[in-house]
Amino acid sequence: MIEQVAEPLPTSGFEKTVLELEVNNHPGVMSHIVGLFARRAFNVEGILCMPLPDGTVSRIWLLVFADQRLEQLIKQLEKLVDVRSVRQHGADHEVFVQAERFFR
Amino acid sequence: METMTGAELMVRLLERQGITHLAGIPGGAILPFYDALAQRGTIQHILARHEQGAGFIAQGMARVTGQAAVCVASSGPGATNLLTAIADAHLDSIPLVAITGQVPLAMVGTDAFQEVDVYGMSIPITKHNFLVRSAAELLEVIPQAFRLAQSGRPGPVLVDVPKDVQNQKISFEHWPEPGVREPGPEISLPAIEQAAALINEAERPVLYLGGGVVASGAAPLAVALAEQASMPTVMTLMGLGAMPVDHPLSLGMLGMHGARYANFAVQESDLLVVVGARLDDRAVGKASAFAPNAKIVHIDIDRAEFGKIKTPYLAVHADVKAALAALLPRVRPQMRKRWLAHVAALKARYPLAMPGRDDVRQHYGLIAAVAEALDDSAVVVTDVGQHQMWAAQAYPLRRPRQWLTSGGLGTMGFGLPAAIGAALAEPQRTVVLFTGDGSIKMNIQELATLAELQANVKIVLMDNRSLGLVYQQQNLFYGKRVIASRYGHGVDFVTVALGFGVPAFDLDGVADPKAALTEALTTPGPVFIRCPIDAEAFVYPMVPPGAANTEMIEA
Repeated sequence: MIEQVAEPLPTSGFEKTVLELEVNNHPGVMSHIVGLFARRAFNVEGILCMPLPDGTVSRIWLLVFADQRLEQLIKQLEKLVDVRSVRQHGADHEVFVQAERFFR
Repeated sequence: METMTGAELMVRLLERQGITHLAGIPGGAILPFYDALAQRGTIQHILARHEQGAGFIAQGMARVTGQAAVCVASSGPGATNLLTAIADAHLDSIPLVAITGQVPLAMVGTDAFQEVDVYGMSIPITKHNFLVRSAAELLEVIPQAFRLAQSGRPGPVLVDVPKDVQNQKISFEHWPEPGVREPGPEISLPAIEQAAALINEAERPVLYLGGGVVASGAAPLAVALAEQASMPTVMTLMGLGAMPVDHPLSLGMLGMHGARYANFAVQESDLLVVVGARLDDRAVGKASAFAPNAKIVHIDIDRAEFGKIKTPYLAVHADVKAALAALLPRVRPQMRKRWLAHVAALKARYPLAMPGRDDVRQHYGLIAAVAEALDDSAVVVTDVGQHQMWAAQAYPLRRPRQWLTSGGLGTMGFGLPAAIGAALAEPQRTVVLFTGDGSIKMNIQELATLAELQANVKIVLMDNRSLGLVYQQQNLFYGKRVIASRYGHGVDFVTVALGFGVPAFDLDGVADPKAALTEALTTPGPVFIRCPIDAEAFVYPMVPPGAANTEMIEA
C-alpha cells in the first residue's frame, strides 16, 4: 500500500494578502468565516471588523498568507450565505498599515 | 391580522411548505412545538427511537423525492444526536431542514440543563444555520431554510429555536411565500459552445456522472448526451442509476471498487466530461495520476468545486440539467467506432469478476437473487461497508433516485432509518435495504419504528460477524494483523428482529433460499432476512487508499 503520511506543515515563504469582505451584520457571521480558515489550519494574521454606517452590513478586513489554497478558500467564503462579497488586495493595503500603530 | 405563538407559526409555515411527515423525538425544549403539532393535527410525526434515526428517516424521504424533508430534536443530546445525519446530508448534498429546540434565550450561555451550542457545532456541516431570537424572525427564517436547502447545490440547514421563542406570541398581516428552489445561475453560452466543440473534437471522450445529475433531474439528458456523442459513461457511487447499468455505453461505477475497465477507460480518455460531481478521492484515487491525458470539462452548480481537486480545462458553472439541455443540440451525433471498440475490448479483457453470482448463499448471488425478485420500481438502500460496495457493483440500478447510500460521509447506521423514510415517502414502492451486521447495530433501535409503521421495508442482512472492510484492509495492507474487526460474540439477529416486532427468518435455515427470498420480498410489509456470508470474502477490485486508480488489486 501507498501509506498516506502527513507532510510537515509549510511554515513560511508565502506572500501576505489582504481580503476585504462585506457581510451581513448579525451574531454568528464571524464564526462562520473564521471557521473556514481554522479547519484548514489557515492562520489569520490580522482581523479588523466594523459595521458600515447603516448598521446592517459589516466590513471585515483579513490579513492572511496567500498559499495555493487561498483561491479555494475564497470560493468557500463566497458560498457563505451571509458573505455578500469578497475582494482581494495586496499586503501593502493601508488598512493594516495604519492599524499597525495600535500594535506597538 | 394573524395572532399565534411561535410554535404554531412554525407548524403552519411547515404546512405551507407542503410538509406532511416529519421525523423526530420530543424533549423539554421543543415541547411547545410538539404541542402545536398536536393541536394542528396536520402533519404526521414519525417517532424515531434515536435522533440520528430521525435525521436519516428525513434523509430517506428527501433522497427519494428530491424535496427538502424535516427532522426535529430537542436541545442538548437530542441536537447532538442529529449532527451525524446532518453531516451526512452535507457531504451528499441532500436537502434537509433540521429543527432543534433550545433552552430559553435568557438562559442561553449559562450551561443550562440540556444546553449545547448546536448553532456553533453545526456551522461546518450545514449550508447555513439559524439561532432564532424572536417569533417574528420565524416568518423569514423558515421559508429561507427551505429555499437554501433546495437551491443551488442542495444541503442541510439547521434552525435552532429557543423554547421561549416558541412560546412568544406574534401578530402579523401577511403570510410569507414558501421557500422554493431558486433558478440556477445563468448559463454562459460561449462555455457551452466550447464544451460542445471539445466533445465533437475528442477521440476518446468519457462521460463522468455524479450525484448532481440525480439531484437536478438531469439523468435522461445525460443518457441522451452519451448516446448522441457515443461517450462511454462512468458513474460515481452517488451517480448510480443516472444511466441504466446495462445500457451499452455504461461502464458502471469508477474508483476504488469500480470495474477495472471503467478506471482504464477514464485513464485512456482524452476528454473527461464531469457532470455534477466533485471528483471525490474514492472515485478519483491519487488525483495527480487521474486521467492524465484528458482535458477535463467540469459542469457543476457549485463554483467552489472547480479546481478543488483537478484543474478543469473548461469549467461550466450551471445547473447540470440546464447545461446538458443547452449542450445537446450543439453536440454532433457520431459513432466513434474505434473508441467504443477499444472500450469493448477493455471490458472483455478486464471483466468485473462476480464469483458466486449464481449462488444465493454468497454475496453476489444474494444481491442478484434480490434484484431478480424485484422490478425497477424498487428502491435500493444500503448501509456502509462491504455489502454496500457489492451492491453498488452488482445491483442492476436503472433509474435515478433508485439508489440511496451514504456516499460522502460513509455513515454506518444510515440504512435502516433511510429505508423507513423512503418507504414513508413513496409507500407504493418496495424498499430493500442491504446491510451488514456492523452497520445494522448502529441504528438497530429503528426496527421498533419500522414495526410500528409497518412500512414496506425488506432488510437483507449480510452477516459475517465482522467489520468487513476494516478486516479486509487489515488483511491486505496491515500484514494481516487483525484487531477490533471481528466480533467475538455473535448476535442472534432473527430473535432481535422478532423481539422488535419485525417478521424475520434466517436464510441459512430454509431448504429453498431463493424461493423463500422471493416470497419475503414480494409480501407487503416489513421483513428481516438474515443471510450468513463468508468473512473471508473481500471486495475486489480495490484501489489501495492513496494509490492511482490503475493500481487495482484483484482477488
